[in-house]
Amino acid sequence: MHSVVVENLRKQYKENVAVDDASFKVNEGETFGLIGPDGSGKTSIFRMLATLLVPDGGEAHVCGWDVVKNYKEIRKSVGYMPGTFSLYQDLTVEENLHFFATIFNTTITENYSLIKDIYVQLEPFKNRRSGNLSGGMKQKLALCCALIHRPEVLFLDEPTTGVDTVSRKEFWEMLKKLKKEGITILVSTPYMDEATLCERIGLIQKGRLLSIDPPQVIIEKYPKALYAIKSHNMIELLSALRELPLIGSVHSFGEHHHITIVDRTLTLLDIRATLEKELPYPFQIDKIEPSVEDCFIQLMEK
Amino acid sequence: MRTLRFLLVKEFKQIFRNRTLLPMIFLMPLIQLLILPLAADYEIKNINVYVVDHDKSTFSRDLISMIISSGYFKLVDYDSSYKRALSEVERNKADLILEIPNDFERNLNRDRVQKVFIAINAINGTKAGLGGSYLSTILKEFNKNIVMELDHSFDGKKALKRIDVVNSNWFNPYLDYKTFMVPAILVILVTMIGAYMCSLNIVKEKEIGTIEQINVTPIKKHVYVLGKLIPFWIIGMGVFSIGFFVISWGVYGIVPIGNILLLYGYLALYLVALLGFGLLVSTYAENQQQAMSVAFFFVMIFILMSGLFTPIESMPEWAKWIAKGNPVTYFIEVMRMVVLKGSGYRHIQNHFLIMMGFAVVLNFWAIANYRKTS
Repeated sequence: MHSVVVENLRKQYKENVAVDDASFKVNEGETFGLIGPDGSGKTSIFRMLATLLVPDGGEAHVCGWDVVKNYKEIRKSVGYMPGTFSLYQDLTVEENLHFFATIFNTTITENYSLIKDIYVQLEPFKNRRSGNLSGGMKQKLALCCALIHRPEVLFLDEPTTGVDTVSRKEFWEMLKKLKKEGITILVSTPYMDEATLCERIGLIQKGRLLSIDPPQVIIEKYPKALYAIKSHNMIELLSALRELPLIGSVHSFGEHHHITIVDRTLTLLDIRATLEKELPYPFQIDKIEPSVEDCFIQLMEK
Repeated sequence: MRTLRFLLVKEFKQIFRNRTLLPMIFLMPLIQLLILPLAADYEIKNINVYVVDHDKSTFSRDLISMIISSGYFKLVDYDSSYKRALSEVERNKADLILEIPNDFERNLNRDRVQKVFIAINAINGTKAGLGGSYLSTILKEFNKNIVMELDHSFDGKKALKRIDVVNSNWFNPYLDYKTFMVPAILVILVTMIGAYMCSLNIVKEKEIGTIEQINVTPIKKHVYVLGKLIPFWIIGMGVFSIGFFVISWGVYGIVPIGNILLLYGYLALYLVALLGFGLLVSTYAENQQQAMSVAFFFVMIFILMSGLFTPIESMPEWAKWIAKGNPVTYFIEVMRMVVLKGSGYRHIQNHFLIMMGFAVVLNFWAIANYRKTS
């Protein structure tokens, strides 16, 4: 059984194609990540699934309901957390939660068990206006408000953008707990490191889905050998490596450059020997496992 | 119903927490209502008159003292040079020159005929027109006195044999400008508050993005719209009541002659129409700036074409049609009719019907245009 089914979904803003024939399915109780850079169409997909935007083509079903025809049913059974904080900033934490509980015809106590772990962290600030909360706290409150009616599917559009590393980690811990409650989670993020926390991820670029697989499979599918290289002069190294016919691609990754080698039969020793002839300065090279980001870049270049 | 109640609670909490909006809602109309009618007075007082008296007789002095004691004129100078008087007009120190010729008294006594010369500075048309007519009225009065004085001995009947026009002003016997203007200005203030607050409030939710969060909930469209309209309907009623009882009745002493309940009945309907207009603006505007500009544009036309300052009867035909399509016109009329004239329901029946039309059209248009999806 699928909670979310998207088939050839299209959305166009004048000449700009935001979502281009996107198709994917999310299983019940699954945590599915949409990973892609800014402007790749993630938010448009979310807004169409949350019934805020009418698709130009294709179909989408949430909990078995059509997003255009049965939007009323969908609104009862999904929780949506938009990328920007959009709760009432002039109402307090408690008032916001109470308000959203009421318009979903429920009460805070009825579904308190679901939000308890998150809400205890907010409790000390419950009389503070939500506009005066820190970024991380705002996200937690928004998550509480999206969960207060115990939705079957939760749409989280870039929930961790602009939030510090510790809060991000906490946030994903919370999502893990929600998964245990059987809630289907569709989450988008521009951070590749968060991708591995999802059960399956869809890599999206320019409105097209490049691949849909569990993160492990995506990594296993990486077709080339990947090496990390480092030296004292990284900028010069980058341009020098790009000149070499031996090397397929070079990308700067923090303190290393990730390189792929065209000829897969070469061993690390062979490569090191070749490079030592070419490069006049000392360097350090190691074979590494590709990350999701490497996979994404490789897929993008195809 | 429960949802609506919570929407209202939320709305009022937000309004009362807004430190800028709240004083604006209640203080601004009161202050404007206290200042505007006092300052914007149609009656022209303090007209500066320069008297050039070549005669310097008892008659000329009588005439001058009559002019000054009327209360409308202020004597700039009393002189015998027209040239100097004109230079005062040029320097904007005098509005009017009254020139009394030589032998003013002698000619009156001998020939019964005499002419005086009035020169008016017409840069300010209203002031010139009214000043001139005030002065002619005084001259006429003076003329009558002289005729009586000179002719009583031999031909009293002749002097009285003419048509005398006596005015009686109904509903506002002293032609008090304030009695006429204060109720109408109150209408304008309620209009401004209602239209601006209502349209800005909804657009603000669009701007901040909270409307998205509301749109994904199963809340019904009409419940949400009602939750927006009711608070401003109540505020409109409150602002009107303060203006009506505290300022109009309390400060200006304008005691309504007609039925107050009837007036409130009309206000209730008017606010529904007006808030419908505010809602309509908000469904078209993307942000608060747009809403403000559009609302401002219409409210401005509403005010100027409502018969507040200039009677609709004296407008050109095309302008009358605009005034007829303006809800403010009808409320100002009703206000003046009920407060000053004591009109009953049957006199303003048509006004009720027309306002009902405005309310239905504006609100349905607004709700039809308010979409939960884009």
